[in-house]
Amino acid sequence: MTELTKKRPEFRNINAFKDLTTYRLPPAGWVSILHRASGALMFLLMPFIIWMFDTSLSSELSYGSFTAAFSAGIGFVPGWFVKLVVLALMWAYLHHFIAGVRHLYMDMTHSVTKEFGKSSAVVTLVLSIGLTVVLGAKLFGLY
Amino acid sequence: MSVNYGSKRVVTGAHYGLRDWLAQRVTGALMALFTVVVLVQVLFTSGPIGYEQWAGIFAAQWMKVLTFSVIIALLYHVWVGMRDIWMDYVKPVGVRLVLHVFTLVWLVGCAGWAFQVLWRL
Repeated sequence: MTELTKKRPEFRNINAFKDLTTYRLPPAGWVSILHRASGALMFLLMPFIIWMFDTSLSSELSYGSFTAAFSAGIGFVPGWFVKLVVLALMWAYLHHFIAGVRHLYMDMTHSVTKEFGKSSAVVTLVLSIGLTVVLGAKLFGLY
Repeated sequence: MSVNYGSKRVVTGAHYGLRDWLAQRVTGALMALFTVVVLVQVLFTSGPIGYEQWAGIFAAQWMKVLTFSVIIALLYHVWVGMRDIWMDYVKPVGVRLVLHVFTLVWLVGCAGWAFQVLWRL
């Protein structure tokens, strides 16, 4: 029996808990899957985003309830949880934005080498996480 | 090659690759531009930003026009993106149809709400 006729392993119905944790992604892979995850997160939280757009813009009064949501909370949801959700949204936006600009740049300049893919992916991750930490510290009133 | 005619036609998939690929980039670029425009106005506001300053940014007519276009762009951008996700992970046609309809209703509803906010400003 030659190497060719040997049955190759088949992967079907990947187990999200058993198999996905064994994946070892390169930086560009992380940027890619997080681009998707951040997009999906913003899609699901879209009503909350528009609620913020609405209350912050509609009137002086609604602006008051917008800022109060961050300190006193809204309904049964405490303020720190609102901040946590906004922090997640900030990360999602920053990552999606920077990874998106990376996409556009690569398309326009045909920068499709392996090296550029890696270095730009690292820059994307460092920038998005770094900016999230800096702006998140502001959100939680650390400065 | 998948069949795209007759009774054996494949009823799933987008089938319009280039158009949506390009639309994804154009709408993305427009939203990136919008982000920069808002950011610049926030950064160049002198003094602390309260309701007056924040609402003032979106009250200008040109800003309303731009925001309106961005909401439309967002609608299409998210539709293409979410459809890609459903097509990658959800195979049964029936379930996919339900998720597509949910996505459209969710997005159109959200866009309507955003327009409403913009209109009464």
